[in-house]
Amino acid sequence: MTAAALGRLRRAHAQCHTCSLVVATPNGPDAPLRCPRCRASIHRRKPNSLARTWALLLAAIICYVPANLYPVMEVTTLGRSQADTILSGVIYLYVHGTWPLAVIVFIASVVVPILKIITLASLALSVERSSQWRPRDRARLYRIVEAVGRWSMVDVYVVTILVALVHLGSLASVEARLGAVFFGTVVVLTILAAESFDPRLIWDRLEDGSKASGVQHEGDRDGE
Amino acid sequence: MPDGGAAICSRCGCTLFRRQRRTVEFTLALVSAAAILFVVANAYPFLSFEMQGQVTQTTLGSGTLALWDQKQHAVALLVVWTTIVAPALQIGLLIFVLAPIHLRFSAPGAVTAFRWVEHCRPWSMMEVFLIGILVAVVKLSDMANIIPGLALWAFGLLIPVLAGASSFLDSEIVWREIGDLE
Repeated sequence: MTAAALGRLRRAHAQCHTCSLVVATPNGPDAPLRCPRCRASIHRRKPNSLARTWALLLAAIICYVPANLYPVMEVTTLGRSQADTILSGVIYLYVHGTWPLAVIVFIASVVVPILKIITLASLALSVERSSQWRPRDRARLYRIVEAVGRWSMVDVYVVTILVALVHLGSLASVEARLGAVFFGTVVVLTILAAESFDPRLIWDRLEDGSKASGVQHEGDRDGE
Repeated sequence: MPDGGAAICSRCGCTLFRRQRRTVEFTLALVSAAAILFVVANAYPFLSFEMQGQVTQTTLGSGTLALWDQKQHAVALLVVWTTIVAPALQIGLLIFVLAPIHLRFSAPGAVTAFRWVEHCRPWSMMEVFLIGILVAVVKLSDMANIIPGLALWAFGLLIPVLAGASSFLDSEIVWREIGDLE
């Protein structure tokens, strides 16, 4: 199949985002259409992918600040109260607990959210600027971000379990604080941001770029 | 496409789907086991906390209720959604979709149900919750006595069973079967 024929085929079809069925789009790629198999609405690409990703990322960055500055919980033992932020919780684990667990929590609740925001922002930026740089690696980066984000929920669960277990009045009690709300929000927003980014845009921009310069690129070749 | 073979995108290297032999039967068996374990994991306390003769214990539901009582409604809802509702929907709807396919009759609403299975997948976070329990135990261990409950073992079994179920699930075949039966 020639590159031109493959391109025509691609423009006349769209894949359902829900059930992966490839559907013909006889009335053009933007005409409203429902999937004949699962009845989800058909889009060639995720609608408003970049705008949604940016909006959700921006909201996540804003929430990230209070999520780390405010305490996520307050522990009271024998009348003494101590507020714990995400980071002080990790330090506590390192000092009193076992260091492997401290490392896991540090990665899950400090490293992952930051890296996730930075990675998604640079992926969106690379698409925005029609970057030609290592598309396969960028696609892999996206899949890693998508898979790893959920692990940030660990801290929210720890707060939940402590709150549920420790309620012995002045003897010992744990209360959830504002930081937990913001932290949970950051996790949800970054998961939604990853979901709304469409990795196929990386190749769309690659095609646009090569069409302009008249170069045939990898994606148009028949199989590999 | 041979059984157990995978289709990989030649452009980005992403796995498109993996062909599974007897996907309906294997997934149905594992999900049924998961349903039983899920009920046990929710019905019994997973941790007990003992301090100076006083004992408190918590189940999944009572944990989120405690958060709700502290006016942390948003966090409570997030925890309920990711540890109870989404996994329950995933398990329940999969049985609802796969059992009729196995028994060869058409179930009304199978299409909507299976769409919801796919939507719930990223929000079901039982394995993350297990790590959360581990961290909580370490944090509390020099403060009081922590006694693991029956639900903790159910959790421990539930996670590999659920992981197995989702790796045996070949969505492409299930969609095709739903279409054939309608």
